[in-house]
Amino acid sequence: MVREGAGWRDIPRGGLILSPGNAARYVTGDWRTFRPTWHPERCIQCFLCWVYCPDAAIEVKDGKVAGVDYKHCKGCGICATECPDKAHALTMERDEGERGVEV
Amino acid sequence: MASLREMAAAPQLFAPGHRMCAGCGAPVVMRQVLSVAKKPVVVSCATGCLEVATTIYPYTAWRCSFIHNAFENSAATMSGVEAAYRSLKRQGKLKGEMLFLAVGGDGGTYDIGLQSLSGMLERGHRVVYLCYDNGAYMNTGIQRSSATPRGADTTTTPAGTESAGKRQPRKDLLAIVAAHHIPYAAQGSPSHWRDLTRKAEKAFEAGGPAFLNLLAPCPRGWRYDTAQTIELTRLAVETCFWPLLEIEHGRCKITYRPKQKKPLTDFLKAQGRFKHLFKDENKHLLEELQNEVDDNWKDLESRCGEPG
Repeated sequence: MVREGAGWRDIPRGGLILSPGNAARYVTGDWRTFRPTWHPERCIQCFLCWVYCPDAAIEVKDGKVAGVDYKHCKGCGICATECPDKAHALTMERDEGERGVEV
Repeated sequence: MASLREMAAAPQLFAPGHRMCAGCGAPVVMRQVLSVAKKPVVVSCATGCLEVATTIYPYTAWRCSFIHNAFENSAATMSGVEAAYRSLKRQGKLKGEMLFLAVGGDGGTYDIGLQSLSGMLERGHRVVYLCYDNGAYMNTGIQRSSATPRGADTTTTPAGTESAGKRQPRKDLLAIVAAHHIPYAAQGSPSHWRDLTRKAEKAFEAGGPAFLNLLAPCPRGWRYDTAQTIELTRLAVETCFWPLLEIEHGRCKITYRPKQKKPLTDFLKAQGRFKHLFKDENKHLLEELQNEVDDNWKDLESRCGEPG
């Protein structure tokens, strides 16, 4: 990836980006005002939060929902709204994390 | 048909870290469609939110080939890519199958890119065109497009004493696309992910041009709380504002019929852009809009025949 301070010789021709999906290195978690909390004991593994998350911020490990990727979660709250009522495994709280640091 | 668990286990072509707004519907639609792309895929995007916010230099949210182009030529660019692919295949310089996906918002599809879309469909390129429809030029500040619903408040059709929002009804793009007699065209909503992903699979396998018109709410432009994005698309379907249908080789089929059709006001009152319609002086518009939806649905039913 092109680093800060790189000269024109370091930039790929045509401004091509040669590392697909490198946006994952960019932190958008500090946009958040509200923070989803995942309660594993209540999760029924329906994956609805995963399919409806605009930010691909629901973590999946070994074929199971494993939590929220706070580096990228923007706190929109879709996951908590779409989590089935009977499970209620995602709840939104005000994010007290220090901006830009704690993500 | 893959379950969500299986979809989640597959490689994800749309990476996090993109700069789309919190709660935007477009990345949800993109993630669902790309999750069924089983072969290497090339994507182009018409100018719009999705294009600018997923490719802010030196970052890209695409874990596949992505090609930039202007507002009006997503379909033309992808036509060229697909033609080059066919040529290279013929010359034996390229092996393996590839998929081609041209993307545009409603501005880049209904309005500015309509001619290039029409050209691509008519020439018969094996490309899937995906329109994520948020019903206005959201990227530049909520100007009306020909996909904006009647009555919506936008910055170029502001609701006030002299105006009650946009005057004209939406353009029936799906009918225009279907008139090209392409193998597959469909309309979907991210709330009904199973229906949407099945349509995306069919589109990729259509063997010719295919078109997907997918509803993608915009929290800023529609003026609602970000958490309600999927619920709004569900309401759009349940009120028959956004019918789920597909047109396969000219045969129209409704793929989902609401058990109990909800009143259109359920969809409208959830959004700030329709707030003015609930004032006393605009009440007659609500009735007209409901009639419009009812007429469209009746027309659709007569074209599609009885369920079955």
